[in-house]
Amino acid sequence: MTDVEQADIVVVGSGFGGAIPAYHLAAGGARVVVLERGPWLTAPEFDHDFLLGTSSTRIFDFVVGDGMSILGGNCVGGGSVVYFATMPRAPRFVFERRGSIGRRMWPRSIARDTLDPWYDRVCEALPVTTVPWDQVPYAGGLWASACAHASRTANPTPVAVDTGLCTNCNWMMSGCRFDAKRSLLLNYLPAALAHGAEIRPLHEVQELTRNHDGGYRVHYRVVDGEDYRVLHGSGAIDAKLVVLAAGTGATPVILRRSEGALGPMPHAVGRYFSGNGERLNTAVFDEDRVRDVLGLDRGDGTAYRAYQIGRGPAVASWDRLDGSLPEFERFSLEQLYFPPGLGTILAQVPGVSTDASWFGATKKEMLRQWQSWLTVFTMSEDDNEGVFGPPPETGNATRLSQQMLGFGPLRYRPTANTLRGWSLADAEVKDILERDGLARVAPWTNDVIGAYTVHPLSSCRIGDDPATSALDDRHELRDHPGIFVTDGSAVPGALTVNPALTIAALAERAVPGIVRAAQERGMAVRYGAPSPDGATSGRRATANVV
Amino acid sequence: MEVDSPARETLSGIRTMTIEAYADTILPGEKRFPGDVAVAGASPGPGAAVCGAVELLELTGSGLAPTLDALVDALNDHAQQYAAARCLRLDPGLPAFVALAFEDRTVLVRTLTAPEHPERQLWVGLAMFSYMAFDSAAHRNTADAFAAGHPGLTFLGFRRPGPDGLYRFPRFSYGRQLAGTHPRTTQTGDPA
Repeated sequence: MTDVEQADIVVVGSGFGGAIPAYHLAAGGARVVVLERGPWLTAPEFDHDFLLGTSSTRIFDFVVGDGMSILGGNCVGGGSVVYFATMPRAPRFVFERRGSIGRRMWPRSIARDTLDPWYDRVCEALPVTTVPWDQVPYAGGLWASACAHASRTANPTPVAVDTGLCTNCNWMMSGCRFDAKRSLLLNYLPAALAHGAEIRPLHEVQELTRNHDGGYRVHYRVVDGEDYRVLHGSGAIDAKLVVLAAGTGATPVILRRSEGALGPMPHAVGRYFSGNGERLNTAVFDEDRVRDVLGLDRGDGTAYRAYQIGRGPAVASWDRLDGSLPEFERFSLEQLYFPPGLGTILAQVPGVSTDASWFGATKKEMLRQWQSWLTVFTMSEDDNEGVFGPPPETGNATRLSQQMLGFGPLRYRPTANTLRGWSLADAEVKDILERDGLARVAPWTNDVIGAYTVHPLSSCRIGDDPATSALDDRHELRDHPGIFVTDGSAVPGALTVNPALTIAALAERAVPGIVRAAQERGMAVRYGAPSPDGATSGRRATANVV
Repeated sequence: MEVDSPARETLSGIRTMTIEAYADTILPGEKRFPGDVAVAGASPGPGAAVCGAVELLELTGSGLAPTLDALVDALNDHAQQYAAARCLRLDPGLPAFVALAFEDRTVLVRTLTAPEHPERQLWVGLAMFSYMAFDSAAHRNTADAFAAGHPGLTFLGFRRPGPDGLYRFPRFSYGRQLAGTHPRTTQTGDPA
């Protein structure tokens, strides 16, 4: 152990939940240190390369659990660096969800109307815009056209992408080489640095202990820059406040590991995990039918064959985001790209009834048509049925490969409610895409690695009921004053849409409360920084709700 | 820092042959040469074996490299038990898994990767790397893999990068509205 350092506030994690508080607290005058377990890469290092050890495996984590696998960011900027930058607001009914606990899951103080000003702040900061149809890539156009053919609607999704810089390379999961994706590397994090915040990559926080002055000591290990299985030195930083935003898959693990020193954690720490109700279907299109039925042509006689071209999801169908439908039966359907490697193995051969159609000769033939694939992403209402087991020795997973692949303690067994939503969504996708012989479609198998999510949520959630929420509605950990949790783990349940904007808006909303807690501990911190680029309309709009 | 270099392959070639046979069961291909026993020849065109599954698994960073010999032993034990239970006679000159017919290899892999099998994570892991060898050539720089004519990337129709190794698609859109939007879309373009 080296000497213990001092800071006003330690922020654990540098994704949306970490970067946003880090910026505001640093801008307000606090000494902020951000500890990030992943590396710090910038645009020139974001490779278009599948080789193990390039950016695709350096900044991405794939943690296999028991019945649920999580894909997430592992770098400075967190999920914002590897995500597809799709940024819709959660529909109104989401905030009224009751789940299986029989009462409102969200705190009474939060609804769509009250969160909208905070959504606005994030949209100004990144920024978030809606893409015009002439900027929608082929795959999104194909999905829209198929939806229209089936009498459904389809919307270009709001995104945090500068389409003027975008090359539609579809390497977003490896980081954006062209800085077209408006990740946190371009706004909140540089603004935090400009205000004196310190960001330390490859620092993996293991546990928290309590100091006599009521503050906390944050214990970390230094991770090897190439082989993440190798941990080097250790260290600790004392802070008056801790903002925990290590990600839904890691935040509850750190807190559970800290129980010996901090005392019992609230019951909901490591429980009520949601995979955002996510499920994937892969369709293989008949190019002739795409041309004849939908009338699509890329201008060179090719109807589609463009799975590789684009920028992840661009178009979603929101017809089932209808608050009058029963809970667990509402979902959005979004066109998606998933690169080879992880994106091919789980796809099943449509129309084949064997119990393992994810491999073999027929599956290989399906790969021959890969450019005619379209992946449709379901985000539904799951039942918060995930539970974390005992923490691994270090980190949040036992790493198998030197990067990316590990095994974690999450257990997930989908309930009948979750399965009903998936079944309805599968049927909807099939109805839309198999109409008039356009495509053949099948869901990804859950038998190989269980279910999977790129949007893990709710493992340390906010709420009004101490029995079913770990945090109060200001994001402070119950019974452990001075620890705030602001990442996806704080979101109470599945959102039926991509959650990044909601996570970010909740983090923005939490900041004034964290500032007040800092002031109560004697720190000379103020709230009121403008948007990272100096814009002020978002600040004005939230002034009356702070 | 190398923490998991694989043990060297023995002269017998059992390890390579057995892994190739497993990879060929996941994504099968045509025989590479007369007398190729690892690749069953169950599918025309390339399979995971010729695409470099062994090379990928033996990479230091894969995580499976130090366990490959144990995996191969276990796989051949499973194959022996599979054959014994069905009174199949295997060529004693071949590793047991390699000696199985393609259909039997498939049934055994299905069993080993099934949700209830206690070793499934290992066998799923082996399958995952077989896929990655075939469809993304994860043991090579992607530009180099194309230069070498990697058969899996070619099979997928994955497009080549530009001369600087980067991808740009200047033509990417049908350029017109292709569906009506949801009637309750908000002014910000969001669901209501």
